[in-house]
Amino acid sequence: MSGLITRRGLLTGISALGAGAVLSACGAKTGSDTSKAAGAKADTSGDTVKVGLLNSLSGTMAISEVTVHNALLLAVKEINAAGGVLGKKLEPVSQDGASDWPTFAEKAQALITDSKVVATFGCWTSASRKAVKPVFERNKSLLFYPVQYEGLEQSPYIFYSGATTNQQIVPALDYLKKQGLTKLYLVGSDYVFPRTANKIIKTYAKANGMEVLGEDYAPLGSTEFATIVNKVKGAGADAVFNTLNGDSNVAFFKEYKSAGLTAKKLPVLSVSIAEEEVKSIGTQYLEGQLTAWNYYQTTPGAANEKFVAAYRAAYGKDKPTSDPMEAAYISVHLWKAMVEKAGSFDVEKVKAASDGIEFDAPEGKVTVDGATQHVHKTARIGKVTASGLIEEVWNSGGPIKPDPYLKGYDWAADL
Amino acid sequence: MTTTSTPPATVPAAGPPAGPPDRPFQNRFRIPAAFLLGAVLLVGVAPLVLSDFRLGLLAKYLCYGIVAVGVSLAWGRGGLLVLGQGVFFGLGGYAMAMHLKLADAAATGQPLPDFMQLYGTEGGLPWWWQPFANPAFALAMTVLLPMAVAALLGVLVFRRRVKGAYFAILSQALAAALAIWLVGQQATTGGTNGLTDFQGFFGYDLNDPVNQRMVYVIIAIVLLLLMALARQLFVSRYGELLIAVRDSEERVRFLGYNPANVKLVAYVVAAGMAGLAGALFVPAVGIISPALIGIVPSIGFVIGAAVGGRASLVGAVLGAIAVAWAQSTLSDAWPAGWTYLQGLLFVVAVGFLPGGLASLTTVLRRRRSTDGVRATKGVTA
Repeated sequence: MSGLITRRGLLTGISALGAGAVLSACGAKTGSDTSKAAGAKADTSGDTVKVGLLNSLSGTMAISEVTVHNALLLAVKEINAAGGVLGKKLEPVSQDGASDWPTFAEKAQALITDSKVVATFGCWTSASRKAVKPVFERNKSLLFYPVQYEGLEQSPYIFYSGATTNQQIVPALDYLKKQGLTKLYLVGSDYVFPRTANKIIKTYAKANGMEVLGEDYAPLGSTEFATIVNKVKGAGADAVFNTLNGDSNVAFFKEYKSAGLTAKKLPVLSVSIAEEEVKSIGTQYLEGQLTAWNYYQTTPGAANEKFVAAYRAAYGKDKPTSDPMEAAYISVHLWKAMVEKAGSFDVEKVKAASDGIEFDAPEGKVTVDGATQHVHKTARIGKVTASGLIEEVWNSGGPIKPDPYLKGYDWAADL
Repeated sequence: MTTTSTPPATVPAAGPPAGPPDRPFQNRFRIPAAFLLGAVLLVGVAPLVLSDFRLGLLAKYLCYGIVAVGVSLAWGRGGLLVLGQGVFFGLGGYAMAMHLKLADAAATGQPLPDFMQLYGTEGGLPWWWQPFANPAFALAMTVLLPMAVAALLGVLVFRRRVKGAYFAILSQALAAALAIWLVGQQATTGGTNGLTDFQGFFGYDLNDPVNQRMVYVIIAIVLLLLMALARQLFVSRYGELLIAVRDSEERVRFLGYNPANVKLVAYVVAAGMAGLAGALFVPAVGIISPALIGIVPSIGFVIGAAVGGRASLVGAVLGAIAVAWAQSTLSDAWPAGWTYLQGLLFVVAVGFLPGGLASLTTVLRRRRSTDGVRATKGVTA
């Protein structure tokens, strides 16, 4: 077969060509200085600067992330109405992460290289944040992450405007302990946040004379809770610590109620149910149950009244505001304050100016901690009311200093 | 042609029309020339004209193209609806990713990769990850591990003559099971986050754009080599046998061949290709996670090949690349609309154009030639 010979010759040729290309193309070895490789410069030459908004506008996370996207757009609009940042108007560039982690990484790169944004705001799930983290670090570009998360992270190119564990989970445990609810049952979705949160809870329980009677995980999106609810019912716990995410909460609380369990008999403390979720789950299933956040729509103060009114005016009277939305909203304002203090859009200068930046946020005064790039936040425990809002029943009395690695807690030493 | 019921030997009787068998039109140099042109475009031209970012995207699409080569073999030629290629893609990807994580840890003097330190493994690195610190072992495993799993599954399934929808469902169940298992093993596999943040690739710094281009070139060459390999398989005696098994398994059995073995080879080779694609995806995209392994991505691997033309090698590969490109590009314009479009494409391709876009010219040509035959008949009559 002469065809075969031709092809074989061809293959050899291609391989040789390829090998040559590979050898000639070899770049820096690991460990060598790649600061020169750090790429894309943000474009600040025009009358406007671009800011990236990276949220899932499609896929399973869209229902939550679209609200954050709206809050970000609202903040951008407010800033533009007040004259912009350093005299330049902001031009938001939205990219859809599509609830898919590699897509998040791809779109982050597109925002930095193609759109040349000065900063990016967004991401919700920890998995999407972990996927984009190397992209922002490699390009030395800033990401503002607005959702409470499992801590144990401190990227030099990410600012975290949501709560870390010592501003949400640890205060929630303090509250339960104070109420005498010391026997816990843990229910969560099977992903990184619940697993890490439960690890912290178990360590806390051991050191504080509390007891964890059971720990169950359901796959993300699962709607089958008969087994888990039966186990919860028979365990003899004082309270359930719920780290379920998304749709699963609907199924869980329906099952919970039909099994005859109520907030009075066996309260559930949830860390991923905000005003938006209360609406979709149904108030009749949630009334009286507890939540742990840093902000509620009912949080008193002029800043919050203004925020709620502005959000309703922009997106509809029946639209609630929630903690992640508020954290997203303040992240844009915090970035503006940092840039103005630095007098420049330059990433390193903005970072250097971040420590001590204050903002009169809807949740109360927040302060940026430059060392951890997290925010001082007040922890709040709330109770779901009959009207579908969340009423604060306890707060930490003032902002808590962020401690993503729980270094300041003796019991967390062997975490 | 003596009988009208038996089609010409090179054209399969049922199923999608095969790409190459339109031999009458093929001259000896057309395919090598097209191959050479493709090689020059991919290896020579693309790196020169595309930005780092676009080239990175192309590298990702080419990885899907590599999976499509295997899909074309197993599904297009073998009739095995492989709806679980995510498993093999994932095994290859995790093997490579774990090696890179271990190498990164070793380079910075850490005892364990960063995610294991965060999420805590009791008793250090589990024994089954330890050999992956060795680059040669890890590289071999990216291909051998998927092939071994496919061989095991294939032996069990094909010997028992499990076919059609049952085989497809079984493949999917395996994909779902692997994804769920990985999510549950946060301390040892990174859980839902998967493995990310790779610094080096066999000693080369992945943060250097030059090295990213090198990764692209490697992927392009692997794709070309695998396409050449698959084409040799297609035109070999084995390739003919595979088509025969697809179209009439019983007849092949009566001829004295064991169809189970014929199918097994196609399935295992396709698995190896998917594994290699997963391994190359890791340095190119920088992440491997359970979300890339489960049912949805496994279907995604097949859609591209179906749209392009599963029985045509070039059609399947170009289809996979085009669908991936369309996903990146169109999802910007209509975020929620893309999913519907993807489904619609699949339905249209399967329902109205079973040979995919690659068969479009053949279909049109055949229609025209039958018209021509009728016309000449009309004249002579």
